[in-house]
Amino acid sequence: MTATEQPLLVAEGLSKNYGARIGCRDVSLEVYPGEVLAVVGESGSGKSTLLSLLSTELAPTSGRVSYRLRDGALTDLASLGAAERRLLMRTDWGFVRQNPAEGLRMAVSAGGNVGERLMAVGWRHYGNIREEALDWLGRVEIAGDRIDDDPRAFSGGMRQRLQIARNLVTRPRLVFMDEPTGGLDVSVQARLLDLIRGLVTDLGLAVIIVTHDLAVARLLSHRMVVMRQGRVIETGITDQVLDDPREPYTQLLVSSVLAV
Amino acid sequence: MSEPILEVSGVAKTFVLHLRDGARLPVVSGAGFELFAGECVALGGPSGAGKSSLLKMVYGNYRVDQGAILVRDGDETVDVAHAGPRRLIRLRETAMGYVSQFLRVIPRVSALDVVAEPLIHDGVDRDEALAKARALLARLNLPERLWSLPPATFSGGEQQRVNIARGLIAHRPLLLMDEPTASLDAANRAVVIGLIEEKKRAGVAILGIFHDAEVREAVCDRIIDVTEFAKAA
Repeated sequence: MTATEQPLLVAEGLSKNYGARIGCRDVSLEVYPGEVLAVVGESGSGKSTLLSLLSTELAPTSGRVSYRLRDGALTDLASLGAAERRLLMRTDWGFVRQNPAEGLRMAVSAGGNVGERLMAVGWRHYGNIREEALDWLGRVEIAGDRIDDDPRAFSGGMRQRLQIARNLVTRPRLVFMDEPTGGLDVSVQARLLDLIRGLVTDLGLAVIIVTHDLAVARLLSHRMVVMRQGRVIETGITDQVLDDPREPYTQLLVSSVLAV
Repeated sequence: MSEPILEVSGVAKTFVLHLRDGARLPVVSGAGFELFAGECVALGGPSGAGKSSLLKMVYGNYRVDQGAILVRDGDETVDVAHAGPRRLIRLRETAMGYVSQFLRVIPRVSALDVVAEPLIHDGVDRDEALAKARALLARLNLPERLWSLPPATFSGGEQQRVNIARGLIAHRPLLLMDEPTASLDAANRAVVIGLIEEKKRAGVAILGIFHDAEVREAVCDRIIDVTEFAKAA
């Protein structure tokens, strides 16, 4: 981190209404290269809507999201064409979903799931793609002899690790994560968290992670935003928000867990 | 005398417990003191006087309601009470270290990696960082068979030694220590006293809570009575 560094992603005044119901209200935030930002809040707080808005899966009712493209220019994502946005999503971004079946192609082999993203960025040589896929399976602790199996034969934890390999193989600069450890056994969660933590540090990734699990936020994130009823109600360094929460709702969240 | 490493002035803090009908718990008020390079200063006073809270405010772990906490960071001075989160994170990476009372265990990360991490983060070569971590753990008498294991199953004293090693391995001009020797036997207390003395000779300013009289008398140059700040609150 240096004093002169520039944000990678900037959201300004993001709002999203679903008819009369409000998904997100006037959310502004910045994410810097190499930092992990946790978005926490209970179900219905708007955190998943926010993630969809930031990743341009949803169009905001008002406000905008800008991203620093590889040429260094901070660009309003709404100004990009659909094809440009798709390319960004496939190459410079990753999206790890809670349900791996939504982030993987379940009928394609593990190696194919990883290789597909490489082909999207122009890799053509079969041997190289297979070798790189094998390398990435190893990095997410999936045995090399499972490369030709499809993820339907994998456990939940393995599928999630495969999804991470598929997302990181193109060396994205920004990864969105939506409850990546949700629904997994605690022991499987610990392994996954440790893996994510190591990869994020080694690759210098920027991550926006949505979680309702404050222990996950504590372990992975540098900064945190707390959402309630579509608004950001509290922000700060993760340990500060968790150890000295200021807002009534944040105090309730922190005091409701057994130990974080 | 040169400029202070740490300058606390007019610091006040009150916890507001919204889940208890907004009950207010005053911690400190009008807290002020300075800390210079090479000295070790103890925060004194009985339990509940606000020693730990004050230490956590300096580190930016607890928020500050009023006043300023100026920490020198190279040529700059940063006010912890008002700095943005990203500036504060950078300040922790370069200017101040914190040895907490208890180790926060990370699943699957070995004691050796826990200790070496701050150095690796500083950009030191991994092998060199691990060599330093081994030397420090050996000096703190942590059995070698434990080095490759995650500290989750270690005893309190073993965890504390891992925590101390992690807190002391990298150079930070300001070091905050919250009861670093609470769970240690006499032999290991002596090792920690030696390590603190080395830090002081290297010009590190240390602010800490030392309940153990033997350690306090050995390393501390003066005591700041937190009771004065608590009375005002």
